[in-house]
Amino acid sequence: MADELIIAGEKFSSRLIMGTGGAPSLEVLDQALVASGTQLTTVAMRRLDPSSQGSVLEVLRRRGIEVLPNTAGCYTAGEAVLTARLAREALGTSWVKLEVISDERTLLPDPIETFDAAERLVADGFTVLPYIGDDPALARRLEQAGCAAVMPLGAPIGSGLGIRNPHNIELIVEAASVPVVLDAGIGTASDAALAMELGCDAVLLATAVTRAQRPDLMAAAMRGAVEAGRQARLAGRIPRRRYAEASSPRVP
Amino acid sequence: MKVTINGAPHDLPDGATVSQAVQTLTTAATGIAVAVNEEVVARGAWTSTALAESDRVEVLTAVQGG
Repeated sequence: MADELIIAGEKFSSRLIMGTGGAPSLEVLDQALVASGTQLTTVAMRRLDPSSQGSVLEVLRRRGIEVLPNTAGCYTAGEAVLTARLAREALGTSWVKLEVISDERTLLPDPIETFDAAERLVADGFTVLPYIGDDPALARRLEQAGCAAVMPLGAPIGSGLGIRNPHNIELIVEAASVPVVLDAGIGTASDAALAMELGCDAVLLATAVTRAQRPDLMAAAMRGAVEAGRQARLAGRIPRRRYAEASSPRVP
Repeated sequence: MKVTINGAPHDLPDGATVSQAVQTLTTAATGIAVAVNEEVVARGAWTSTALAESDRVEVLTAVQGG
């Protein structure tokens, strides 16, 4: 039986959700997305610039990748709700990665504004995937509010610091009955594998790939890491022991 | 009639519609959305929605991000 990721009834065989920020060009992004095997990828909404060449939407469409608009850049629930509605109008999807940040320096998500926006967007018929801190209580409240997934950070956006509080991620996973997507902070493949070993259902990353020296190679590494971590989680790891346990038979 | 389109001042004829405001930036028909004074105007209403003096028009599209 296929081990599919299911979010709001929609099935994905890839558990790697990609972002598109930070790529030096659309060509590099295109190659990285293909290498990642992703089926769902985020875009931001910004003022139309008539002078800009090419479109990220074109790349996603050509590769058959579902688009997940985000509300990046929003500081209040009101801004995020308007951005989500504009994205729904522009892109024809009611899915949204809800992202409401608290300040420019840390880009950490604002829990109060995020929760407020989540409630309003759920009521408006959106499939809401909120980006949050690694807070098990907030994750539970957002699930109860009707969010389709919860997306705790491993570390601040673009920091590449990995998963700073694996224990909290495990607590979120234990309590959640919606998918848990580790979002932000991934620096390299082992971070993505760890997220899956901790029980996350998927990983969302961008910078670790788009700003790597070879984005397509890192994308392939992330794809392998997510698959390996998922398999290890399903396989069930051995318990940690304080002392050695011989794996060969005793010498008589 | 003076309006603001994506933060820049524009002079449009009285009674100009959302559609005319969009056309100052692009002829693209897909992948864009419009808000007037922080309210979304659905694509189907662009040609029938008249702008008023000092309206703030935002024309957005998807870009790399996240």
